[in-house]
Amino acid sequence: MRQQIIEILAELRPEFDFCQDVDFIEAGMLDSFDVVMLVTALDEKFGISIDGMDVLPENFSSIEQIENLLTKNGVK
Amino acid sequence: MSLKFTFRNKRISGILTVLPKQEIKFEDEMAQYNFPPAKSLKLKLAMGYNKHRIVEAGTNVSDLCVYGIDYLLNEGLLEKDDISALLLVTQSPEHFLPPTSNIIQGKLELGTDVLCMDINQGCAGFIIGLLQAYMLLEQESIKKVLLLNADVLSRKISKRDRNSNPLAGDAATITVVERSLEPTTIQSVLNMDGKGAYVLQIPAGGFKLPSSPETAEMKEDENGNFRSLDHLVMKGDEVFNFVQKEVPPMIEELLAISGKKADDIDFYFFHQPNKFMLNKLADKIGVSREKMPANIVENFGNASGATVPLAVSYNLGADALASTYEVCFAGFGVGLTWAAIQQKLEKFQFNHIIYY
Repeated sequence: MRQQIIEILAELRPEFDFCQDVDFIEAGMLDSFDVVMLVTALDEKFGISIDGMDVLPENFSSIEQIENLLTKNGVK
Repeated sequence: MSLKFTFRNKRISGILTVLPKQEIKFEDEMAQYNFPPAKSLKLKLAMGYNKHRIVEAGTNVSDLCVYGIDYLLNEGLLEKDDISALLLVTQSPEHFLPPTSNIIQGKLELGTDVLCMDINQGCAGFIIGLLQAYMLLEQESIKKVLLLNADVLSRKISKRDRNSNPLAGDAATITVVERSLEPTTIQSVLNMDGKGAYVLQIPAGGFKLPSSPETAEMKEDENGNFRSLDHLVMKGDEVFNFVQKEVPPMIEELLAISGKKADDIDFYFFHQPNKFMLNKLADKIGVSREKMPANIVENFGNASGATVPLAVSYNLGADALASTYEVCFAGFGVGLTWAAIQQKLEKFQFNHIIYY
């Protein structure tokens, strides 16, 4: 799952290294429109529909947070 | 808990949509934005940016409404003497005073026994307008109410604002509302929260902050969009979260009042801010995306309160003249306002789109 998330993020914002240990939102690596595109890509890739209530910046601030969100949606 | 309304023996007998002839493609405007084209193209798919229709400079709400009503009169789809009220829901009035609905009445040379009323509402404007129309029809003196949802807000949106400009749309819809001979029951729920009033706004131009050279100064926001205080601005994240939080329980409440299950409804015609938001709502409410059309923004733009009736015109077309449907209308946005109606659509007398 982790590798797939990194690939999606790299495609979205190729200018950044998402393997580094920083808050993606605070560091300006993802803005709100990036989050929209990220959710769309994750929904498609994993065949889920992330709840609209979970489309909050803090849920996309790190690989771990995104993994937690996917796990919550039944992705293993 | 919402404010609730129940109406009986009322119906919509037709919807006419008037769209500007000018159509602009997203790709043709990408150079205006402060973002790499590749990124904008990805966002296009997620948000439903494609093309939108906006008026030429100098076109106002009354031009679109008069053009549409004249069309109905000339085509024999409406009689002047049957018009008892013009309810204009708009946030692009032509003046502070007089009301734009009076201007429309004057241009059409309607009788003095016609009620003209401007209602300042936006995204939920079709629902708020329908509620007013149904309330008026409780009076015996009222024959037909023309509900006009019309806006030309593209003129208040910065061309360099990628958050708003690709979604901007102008339109007018004319919905004829009258009594029904069938024993119909219409249920509605409504909520407003003025604590969120400034989430969606045009900061300057009113009495509090009149337009001036200072308010017209273009500034860059934290996302790289350029706009002035004379332009429409929205806190997109807050609007999105408000909609996802408030709309699904409102629809659940409405269906419970109506005694219907989600699948009993043939179509959910919702306000269309963008495709992503609407698809998330469909998933959350648990209805198929076919039942909740999300094709208005990508084809015409978001024309505020006109998106719901435009969705009926565009998606049902002539089928609405031959069939009946159980529908759920919902609007949500500026105010903040969120409201919905569940009703049966009886066979329409007309339901189509014309171009100005």
